[in-house]
Amino acid sequence: MQDVVIKTDNLTKRFGDFVAANAITFEVYKGEIFGFLGANGAGKTTAMRMLCGLSKPSSGNATIAGYDVYRETEEIKKNIGYMSQKFSLYEDLTVLENIRFFGGIYGLTNNQLKTKSEELIERLGLESEAKKLVGSLPLGWKQKLSFSVAVLHEPKIVFLDEPTGGVDPVTRRQFWDLIYAAAENGVTIFVTTHYMDEAEYCNRISIMVDGKVEALDSPTQLKRNFNASSMDEVFYQLARGAKRGD
Amino acid sequence: MKCFTNSPGALNAEISMKQFITFVRKEFAHVLRDRKTLLILFGMPVMQILIFGFALTNEVKNSAIVVVDYAQDEASQKLISRIEASRYFEVSKSAADHNQIEESFKEGKVKLALIFPQNFYSDLMHQNKAQIQIITDATDPNTANTLANYVTAIIQDYQADLNQNASLPYRIIPETKMLYNPQLKSVHGFVPGVMALVLMLVCVMMTAVSIVREKEMGTMEILLVSPFKPLLVILSKAVPYLILSLINVASILCLSVFVLDLPVNGSLLLLFAESTLFIITCLTIGIFISVRTASQQVAMLISLMGMMLPTILFSGFMFPIENMPKVLQVITNIVPAKWYYIIVKSIMIKGLGFSAIWKETLILAGMTLFLLIVSLKNFKIRLA
Repeated sequence: MQDVVIKTDNLTKRFGDFVAANAITFEVYKGEIFGFLGANGAGKTTAMRMLCGLSKPSSGNATIAGYDVYRETEEIKKNIGYMSQKFSLYEDLTVLENIRFFGGIYGLTNNQLKTKSEELIERLGLESEAKKLVGSLPLGWKQKLSFSVAVLHEPKIVFLDEPTGGVDPVTRRQFWDLIYAAAENGVTIFVTTHYMDEAEYCNRISIMVDGKVEALDSPTQLKRNFNASSMDEVFYQLARGAKRGD
Repeated sequence: MKCFTNSPGALNAEISMKQFITFVRKEFAHVLRDRKTLLILFGMPVMQILIFGFALTNEVKNSAIVVVDYAQDEASQKLISRIEASRYFEVSKSAADHNQIEESFKEGKVKLALIFPQNFYSDLMHQNKAQIQIITDATDPNTANTLANYVTAIIQDYQADLNQNASLPYRIIPETKMLYNPQLKSVHGFVPGVMALVLMLVCVMMTAVSIVREKEMGTMEILLVSPFKPLLVILSKAVPYLILSLINVASILCLSVFVLDLPVNGSLLLLFAESTLFIITCLTIGIFISVRTASQQVAMLISLMGMMLPTILFSGFMFPIENMPKVLQVITNIVPAKWYYIIVKSIMIKGLGFSAIWKETLILAGMTLFLLIVSLKNFKIRLA
């Protein structure tokens, strides 16, 4: 039996009459790359916010890294990393300062910060850019840096919210190399995306439609189940029935 | 939703403190690296002090005055010629009666009128004292005050000359009346006014914008997902601006003392303590705005229109509150800058102590507490 790191049981979020996330139930295993797909407005962000401890569920249960989403949000926060579609680094700080800052607010010691930032800069090949402002870096580099910062404190799970928006396929591919490397080290990757080629890179994917998880399996199995030749087709078959959109 | 950790509280506090310092350092980096922000932060107060300071010049030369001489005797003539002889005044006309004075004031050319009563000389000779009335147009109180002082000096000169060979001293008693602005509302008042304005602008706008920027950039999300406590985010944002604002207060005071020769008459410590309170009020307003807005532009606009304007209009710094319609007078009470302005004026100019301003301090503290509670409530709602 694999280690379960995310477990949700009928997790629901209502805003008034509107059910943003409806009885979501799934499990994510340690070291897995879990794709979280859905059209805009399907409830991905709401579900993800609940899992990160940013938003309280209306009903249902969930544990993240063994901690309860109602009572142990502080512990959850210590054990997860997060990267949003905006890359979210401080453009007016240098590469090194960004690393130190984000490491610092996760409570890393000075020694840890020193070794970790050296390691990170070497791995990304950013030695000559370490003292440059992040704002001057190309998008692809910011993105890689942003991911590396999100896993700096060695979280058990890292949540990636559409991490590769707006970058070219080559850079995207490089970015996924980083994700694979992290997953091999036992970090669980929870990633939302709109790119179906990225969906193929995941171990398993779930597809949300109108607040519900409508499908959950490996890409190969999903294609077989829906009798489709590509993930694109699977997604289209599920999502075209959606009543919500933006 | 507090954390349920088993680790000892002391260790937690230590980590929090370290996180906090990391954050504050980052905030300083933001400010110190942005030339525009720095310019607004430190350039603006200097500019304002200098502009206000030198626009209100103390040098008065060849000012036109009106003389109403009911006495037409030896003493009045002598005094008038002395005044005319000085480089400060020029008698533009001699009015027949005092009703013409106000007319002259309204034309705007004449700033001061001198009225000799009937029997000026005989009063002086027989009763050893005589009265003389000085009326000034105090719409520009600084000038009015200066002119009145000059005239009084000339009168005292004349009196001293008379007394050289007199057995009983003669006394001329000038009765000064400041027309339009009897309490000389804004004499030196611009320094407290500028302080209120600058602190309001710096603290409210900069705090609001810096928090909203994090929201816009998406970094706020990262901070909220991190174990860093939301309250600490707010606090770390406020601390650098508190420090920078206190530096601003110090630099304004230095300018005022060393460049403009306006001394701080009261306790410097009290002045700084009260300023700290007002800065905290402003920071809280900034936090409140940032909680309610989503973009930097909106935050800036609200700070400028919603804070700057009332501060200029209703603090009493530019326009005397007494002259406003009742409704507006009531409204001025909710402008924090009004209370701070009164406090600074009392300490700096009147040299009063805490016992004179405890009421204003209490009001300001109350406002701060209220705003703090409201912002924190709103901040929590946003998180849920």
